[in-house]
Amino acid sequence: MSRETPGTQGLVLNEPLVFEQSVPGRRAYSLPETGVPEKSLEDIIPADFLRQEVEGLPEVSEVDVVRHYTRLSQWNYGIDLGFYPLGSCTMKYNPKINEDLAGLPGLCQVHPYQGERLSQGILRLMYELQQMLAEIVGLKGVSLQPSAGAHGELTGMLMIRAFHAERGAPRKKVIIPDSAHGTNPASSALCNYQPVSLKSDERGLISSEALAAAMDQEVAALMLTNPNTLGLFERDIVKLARIVHSKGGLVYCDGANLNALVGITRFGDMGVDVVHINLHKTFSTPHGGGGPGAGPIAVNENLIPYLPVPTVEKEADRYVLCYDHPKSIGRVRAFYGSLGVLLRAYAYILSMGPEGVRRASEVAVINANYIRAKLKKSYHLPYDRICKHECVFSDRLQNLHGVQTVHIAKRLMDYGFHPPTIYFPLIVRGALMIEPTETESKETLDRFVSAMEAIARESQEDPDLVLQAPHKTKAARLDETQAARSPHLTWTDVG
Amino acid sequence: MRYIPNTEEVCREMLSTIGVDSVGDLFSDIPRELLLQEPLNIPGPLSEMDLYEHLKGLAGQNTDADEATYFLGAGAYFHWIPSVVSHLAGRSEFYTAYTPYQPEVSQGTLQAIFEFQTYVALLTDMEVANASMYDGASALAEAVLMAMRIKTDRKEILIASTVHPEYREVVKTYLLAQDVRIREIPFTGDFQTDWKTAEEEISKRTCCLVVQNPNFFGVAEDPKALGRIFDRLHDAGGLAIATVVEPISLGILLPPGRYGADIVVGEGQSLGNPVSFGGPFLGIFATRKGFVRKMPGRLVGETTDSRGERGYVLTLATREQHIRREKATSNICTNQSLNALRASIYLSVLGKKGLREVARINMRNADYTRERIAEIPGYTTQRVPIFNEFVVRCKKPVPEIHEALLAEGIVGGLDLARFSQELENHMLVCVTETNRLKDIDRMCRILRAVG
Repeated sequence: MSRETPGTQGLVLNEPLVFEQSVPGRRAYSLPETGVPEKSLEDIIPADFLRQEVEGLPEVSEVDVVRHYTRLSQWNYGIDLGFYPLGSCTMKYNPKINEDLAGLPGLCQVHPYQGERLSQGILRLMYELQQMLAEIVGLKGVSLQPSAGAHGELTGMLMIRAFHAERGAPRKKVIIPDSAHGTNPASSALCNYQPVSLKSDERGLISSEALAAAMDQEVAALMLTNPNTLGLFERDIVKLARIVHSKGGLVYCDGANLNALVGITRFGDMGVDVVHINLHKTFSTPHGGGGPGAGPIAVNENLIPYLPVPTVEKEADRYVLCYDHPKSIGRVRAFYGSLGVLLRAYAYILSMGPEGVRRASEVAVINANYIRAKLKKSYHLPYDRICKHECVFSDRLQNLHGVQTVHIAKRLMDYGFHPPTIYFPLIVRGALMIEPTETESKETLDRFVSAMEAIARESQEDPDLVLQAPHKTKAARLDETQAARSPHLTWTDVG
Repeated sequence: MRYIPNTEEVCREMLSTIGVDSVGDLFSDIPRELLLQEPLNIPGPLSEMDLYEHLKGLAGQNTDADEATYFLGAGAYFHWIPSVVSHLAGRSEFYTAYTPYQPEVSQGTLQAIFEFQTYVALLTDMEVANASMYDGASALAEAVLMAMRIKTDRKEILIASTVHPEYREVVKTYLLAQDVRIREIPFTGDFQTDWKTAEEEISKRTCCLVVQNPNFFGVAEDPKALGRIFDRLHDAGGLAIATVVEPISLGILLPPGRYGADIVVGEGQSLGNPVSFGGPFLGIFATRKGFVRKMPGRLVGETTDSRGERGYVLTLATREQHIRREKATSNICTNQSLNALRASIYLSVLGKKGLREVARINMRNADYTRERIAEIPGYTTQRVPIFNEFVVRCKKPVPEIHEALLAEGIVGGLDLARFSQELENHMLVCVTETNRLKDIDRMCRILRAVG
């Protein structure tokens, strides 16, 4: 292993569950003396409404809490620690200034019901973000309400349903390519649509012939991802959209892969009717170990009446929340959206500007193609074509020595890298989906390539070393089967 | 371009390694007519200093809790957030991580979620809890969908009209494509849920009954009444869903697990998360063991690693979209990890005694405020048990009262006319530990002056 590899084992502290550290009488809290006269609980509320102290809650000191969560944090790999090439997740650097901005009291200590007059700054921010996102994807209407990508999918599909229902029938089916994200069929099913899988062709793309054969008057929408999850641009997209539209269907695009296209091309121009945008991907808001995210949707003019309420609008020089949309699908969450996430995306777009966001997409694509070019000597590349912001390899060559994708992923940890997405997309057997993003330098990519090459060599020469990995992480390989067979989901459950 | 390390020169070198002449060649698979010819019409770039000043300017156009006193809750609550919460959740190893798909390098997030699940189970007195949902409203909608997956042949959803109005709207949206009927249970003159009507509505068609406690009007519902109605519901074969929008109340009020709830959902914002104009928030979701495979969302489970050490992994993912796709239980693939982490840190700080104490202060402060307001001519309040919110009926229109309060730096309670015409001149007032005696008395003086 080369000397500059960052993954080495150091001081790793153990840390029990917080519940196991409880000592009666210990405390980490202090509460304000508000001056309100004391009164016994019995004089306020009947005794049988009350519980005793919540059994099981810990009693710990402030320093216990600080050390506990600091230690947990040290067991985590985050983008600030290093390269995180998780395909389809777009783990780019999260600018620090955005965290400071999100902490401004005028943005985070503001109540959703304090009225428009007292919230003009936030409403302006939301309105302007809507405008920017609309411009970026080339569609007219935007709702910032959905809380995550899959939530945006649900919102968009409900709108499609409402659109068709108003025209006489909601229709029955949604066509989804076999390379789609797993959320796509699930979101369709939630809207009572029957998902129909469409096979990709030998190029890894949807062919207009296959689509035409599957398309009929019962199809509500085609739900595709562009660039698709193989990292390939659906080059027939305009034709595909025309086929769908000719039978009265709509085109939904999963915008998870927007990072390849900002400033280069726009979904609206391709014939897409609805798209969701994962702000935590393309627009650099941190994903917090699994959330929060935000999944605003953008729609063409035909679908604007169905957007969730309220919408943020501008009347003269005043920003307002508008509820007067009789055809709206309604609300998909309480209040208006995840402001904390929205404002980080807003700040990111403003710091980049039009040239910057375009350059980000270009460099993301250069970086992915660089990895593709460098690694195809050591790893099987099922679709050897120019890719967009991610590329997909398989474990076929390493399989000859008994090494599979999961082993390669685990071994990468020993080299100090977060593994790529594995076993996705499903249409590539043993897939390794690598997305470097534009915020990684060539030096980092070269180190990653060297590690991957070393693993390919090890797979031939010393497969056991790879099969037993990881060797240097805090936890060794975890037994997931045991976890699923006898689920222990809470501490009391175990205790 | 401060976030892009590769210079033009380095990019050229990489393009030659790839084997193309220019970056344009990497986009040659996009049909020419689709390529944008003009730069996007968006503002920027802004330097860091300009960006800061711009956002500070926008922040300055809002009123916030640092400059005004709030008596506003209704689903979003101001509580004191101990400093350690932001410091610890602000560690970038937590917030710059993705979903913990690789457990060996994500034990921090995973153990924190396992602790969060435990906290939620203890608070609600349920057996299992998930890793969190988008927010309280969408968690409630998912709970109804879950009840429909368990009771497939039942087509009637009963929901109390004392459930937060926006939550009810979200449930309706989620059910747009489903073949079910929603019936609302009315409330009484003192804003308690009308259990008598609820009882009459329960039948063999009932899939589930949804209640909120404390309810939208701040009323702490009688747990005995809730227990009776849930028994009746269970006898008829339906499921009981309880939602808690103000979880601080669980520090003192009997939890839904004690009066027979099958699914408990809620909003966790109160637990260490800023009000943030309504988001991001934290959906809570708990249920009984027997329903765990019908539950939406992520779960973290305990296991061991190959060295025999205790460790944590995402588990039971077979319920989700990753594997079953069109047969998936739900499409959820994000949770609110960072908000859940904040809740866990908050609960660790408060612990067994502190949570009860903060709940007690909330209840006492609200009770005191209600009593003071009831003494003022022109105002009446409901005389039923409450937690930290209550309804005030005013003689004057609420907007007029709001104006007078605002002139003195006070943001008054929610004008309930927003949700229902019959509730014109009604104001929902919230009092927490952040409201001092002098501010409460000041508000009362202004109310008296307005009349």
